[in-house]
Amino acid sequence: MRKLALNDDILMQVEKPARYIGNEVNSVIKDKTQVAVRFAMCFPDVYEIGMSHLGIQIIYSMLNEWEDVWCERVYSPWVDLDKIMREKHIPLFGLESQEPVKDMDFLGITIQYEMCYTNILQVLDLAQIPLLAAERGEGMPIVIGGGPCTYNPEPIADFFDLFYIGEGETQYRKLFDWYIENRAKGGTREDFLRGAAKIPGIYVPQFYEELYNEDGTVKGRRKQYDDIPDTILKEIVMDVTDAHYPLKPVVPFIKVTQDRVVLEIQRGCIRGCRFCQAGQLYRPVRERNVDKLKSYAVQMLKNTGHEEISLSSLSSSDYSHLDELLDFLIEDCSQKHTNISLPSLRIDAFSLDVMSKVQDVKKSSLTFAPEAGSQRLRDVINKGLTEEVILKGAALAFEGGWTRVKLYFMLGLPTETEEDIKGIGDLSNKIAATFFDTVPKDKRVNGKVQIVTSTSFFIPKPFTPFQWATMCTKEEFLEKAYQTKQGIMEQLNQKSIKYNWHEADVSVLEGVFARGDRKISQVILEAYKRGCIFDAWSEYFHNDVWMQCFEDCGVDIGFYTTRERPDDERFPWDFIDCGVTKEFLLREWKKAQDETVSSNCKVQCQGCGANRFGGGICYENR
Amino acid sequence: MKIRIKFAKYGTMKFIGHLDMMRFFQKAIRRAGIDIKYSEGFSPHQIMSFAAPLGVGIESCGEYMDIEVLSMTSTQDIKDALNRVMVDGVEVLSVTVLPEQAKNAMASVAAASYRLQMKEGAFPIDHLEDKVKAFYGEESIPYTKETKKSVVEVDLKQGIYEIGVDSDGAIMMLVNASSSGNIKPTVVFEKLCQFVNLEIPQLSYQVTRLETYTDIAKAGEEHVFIPLADVG
Ligand code: SF4
Repeated sequence: MRKLALNDDILMQVEKPARYIGNEVNSVIKDKTQVAVRFAMCFPDVYEIGMSHLGIQIIYSMLNEWEDVWCERVYSPWVDLDKIMREKHIPLFGLESQEPVKDMDFLGITIQYEMCYTNILQVLDLAQIPLLAAERGEGMPIVIGGGPCTYNPEPIADFFDLFYIGEGETQYRKLFDWYIENRAKGGTREDFLRGAAKIPGIYVPQFYEELYNEDGTVKGRRKQYDDIPDTILKEIVMDVTDAHYPLKPVVPFIKVTQDRVVLEIQRGCIRGCRFCQAGQLYRPVRERNVDKLKSYAVQMLKNTGHEEISLSSLSSSDYSHLDELLDFLIEDCSQKHTNISLPSLRIDAFSLDVMSKVQDVKKSSLTFAPEAGSQRLRDVINKGLTEEVILKGAALAFEGGWTRVKLYFMLGLPTETEEDIKGIGDLSNKIAATFFDTVPKDKRVNGKVQIVTSTSFFIPKPFTPFQWATMCTKEEFLEKAYQTKQGIMEQLNQKSIKYNWHEADVSVLEGVFARGDRKISQVILEAYKRGCIFDAWSEYFHNDVWMQCFEDCGVDIGFYTTRERPDDERFPWDFIDCGVTKEFLLREWKKAQDETVSSNCKVQCQGCGANRFGGGICYENR
Repeated sequence: MKIRIKFAKYGTMKFIGHLDMMRFFQKAIRRAGIDIKYSEGFSPHQIMSFAAPLGVGIESCGEYMDIEVLSMTSTQDIKDALNRVMVDGVEVLSVTVLPEQAKNAMASVAAASYRLQMKEGAFPIDHLEDKVKAFYGEESIPYTKETKKSVVEVDLKQGIYEIGVDSDGAIMMLVNASSSGNIKPTVVFEKLCQFVNLEIPQLSYQVTRLETYTDIAKAGEEHVFIPLADVG
C-alpha cells in the first residue's frame, strides 16, 4: 500500500481527508523508475471543483496512455491543510505517488478563471517552487500554464516558464520528446525553454519584454532571440471525433461539483454573442460523430459506475444530431437507471418533450438567458433571442406543467440605458403574466409561478468584440442592480419574481485581470504575500487587501477597466492569435454600436478568420 | 433475492466516511454489472442497506451491507465481480444469500468486536492484562454521554460484553453496537486510561472493527451473538 504524504494526525484534523489521499477508481499508478517524464497536472482550486473539470481528465488520460509518462493530479489544499503544510514545511504532492511536485519534471496548471490567480501562487509556494520563473534553477519542474485565461497570459507571465496556448491534445508529445532529448544531451533549463519556444502554440514569456508608451498602453514587444516567433497561434484539434477522449475518467470518493459522466459533443459555438469569450476562442465549431458519442456514453458509464450523464458544449441545441443522441441516451439510460442531466437547451417543443422525459416537471425549472432586457440591447450583444420566442417557449412550458423559470441577464453592457434595465423587470413580469394567461386556475400545479431573475456584471474580455468596451465602476454596477430591483418591484406580478445579483467587488478585479498587462503581476504577487488565496470563494475574498495592494504598487484600476480604448490601441494580448482576426472583432464592435446583428456560422459565414484552420463548420455543408 | 455482502476496509480507505462508502459501493455495483433492484421514480436508487456506520479513521474486516438483486448466477460470481472493481483498501470477503424474512443489515446489528493497538510499539501500561481485568471488574463504569441534544449518564459496563488483551498486547473488546445502545471503542479505552491514570492520544493507536454481530437469542434470554454473515 502507498505511503501517504500526510500522516494520520493531519488527515484526521482536516476537513474531507479524501481530497488528499488519491486512490480513486481509474486513477493511474505507475512505476516511477519506468517512466521518462513525470507530470503534475494541477487545477488551482479545491479538489471538488478541480475534479469536475473535463479538460484535466482528457489530458490526464492522454498522457498516462503514453508508457513513458506518468501524469498525476494536484489541487489546491483547502485553507485548513494549507496552514498545516506551511507550519510543518510539508511540500505539496501529487495525489497518485504522494511524492513532492518539486521532484517532478513538469507542473501543468490549468487556468479556467481569473479569480484563481493567487491560488497559482499558493500551489507553487506549497510545492516549494520559486514563485517567479526567473528564480527557478535547474532541477525545478517546468511550470506550464494552459486554459482560457492564458489567451491573455501577461498578468501572470512572470510565474510561468511557458504557456501552452490552445487545445491540449496536440503538442505535449513534441514537448516531452524535446525535453527527453535535451536532458539526454545534458542541456540546461534555458536550452529546453529555447527549443520549446519554437514548438507551435508554446509561449515562453521570459524571452519577451513588453514595451509601453508614456500613457501606459502597450507600445510593442521585444524578443530576446531572433528565432522565436512574434505571434503565437493557438493549437487546435481539427478532428475532434478521433481525438483522445477519457473513457475511464477518475471517479472521486467524495461528492464533487460534476459527479457524472460528461460527454463533450462539440467544441466551439456558431453564435457569436459579442460578450462571450469562449465563443470566439474555440472557433470554428467542430462536432463529434454521434455514433462515437453513443459508444463513449456506454463505455464511460460502465467504467465509472456513475448514475448520471450530461452533455457538454457551449450551445448544445446547435449540435446537428442532438435528437438522435438524446433518443439513444433516454432509451439506454432508462434501462440502466441512469439520469440524464440536460444542458440548458433552447426552449422549444423538442427540448420540452425531452425534458419531460428525463426530469420531474414539477420540480425542475426552465432556463432562459436573454442577457439583456430590451431587444435593442440584445441586438447590440448579438444575442439572437427575441421576446416573442421567450414568451412562446414559456407558454408551451407552462402548458406542459412547468412552473419555475430562471432568467439570466447582464448589467453594464455597452450602450446600456435605464430603459434597457427596466426591460429586465418588464420581461420577467410578462413571463409571469403568460403563466396566468395560459394556465387556468384549476390547473395550476404548484398554485403559482416562480420566476428567478439573476443578473451578473458585464466584464469585457480579450478576443471579443467588446474588448474595446469600457467597464462600469463598482458604484455604477450597484446602482444598476438597485435600478433592476426597483424595476421588478414596480411590476404587477412582482410577488412571483425573485431577484438575485452578484457582488461587484470581484467583478472589478476580474475586469483588471482579464485585460491586464504584465504590470499586474506585481499586484497579484503582493496580494498573495498579504494572505489572499481562494479569491473565488466570497468568504476568503478580501477586497480591502486587494485595493491596498493596487495602491501600494501604484497600479491604477481605472486604466484597465473604465478607460476608453481607441480602435487602434495595441492590446497586451495582441501577440496571441486565436484564429479570429482583430479586424473581424473591430467590425463586430462597430456593428454592435450600430445595433446590427450578425448571422451565425450556420446561416452565413462572417469571415472571422477561423477558416484558416481548414475544417469544422467553415467547410461543412450548411 | 436478498444478498449480504461482507467487506474489509483498511489502509488509506479508512479516511473515506460512511456516506461516501455507500456512494462508492453504488458505483461499484454498477461497474460490476450486478443486477440490483432499483426503487421507482424519476431518480431511482439502489435498494441497499449498510450495517453499522464506521467512523473515519477506523479500519475494519467485518463490514456489511445488504442489497436486493433481480438475478444472479452465484454468490461467488458476485464476489469476484465486485472484487474486480474495488480499489486498494476495500475487499469483498463473502457474499451470502439471506432468507427472505431476514431483517436488513442495519436492523440486525447487536454487537461489534474491536481491536485497539498502538500504531508504534505497545501500550505504555504495565501489566496491561491485569489492569484491563480490574477495570472490567468494577461494579459499574459510569460515563457521561454528551450529544447535541442531551447529556445522559450511562453505565458502559452494561454494553461491554467482553474485554481483554491478545497475545500481541492489543486490546480486544466486544461491545454493544445496536442503534439504541452503541458504544464507541474509543470511549471504553478513554475510561480505561482514566482508570490507570494515563493519557494516550486518540491518534496514537489504531482501532479495527473485527466483526459485526447479530443476536439470535429469544427475548429475555442471554445474548447469543453470531456474525452477520452467518445468518440463514
Ligand atoms: S470563418 Fe465563418 S464559418 Fe468559420 S468560424 Fe468564422 S464566421 Fe464561422
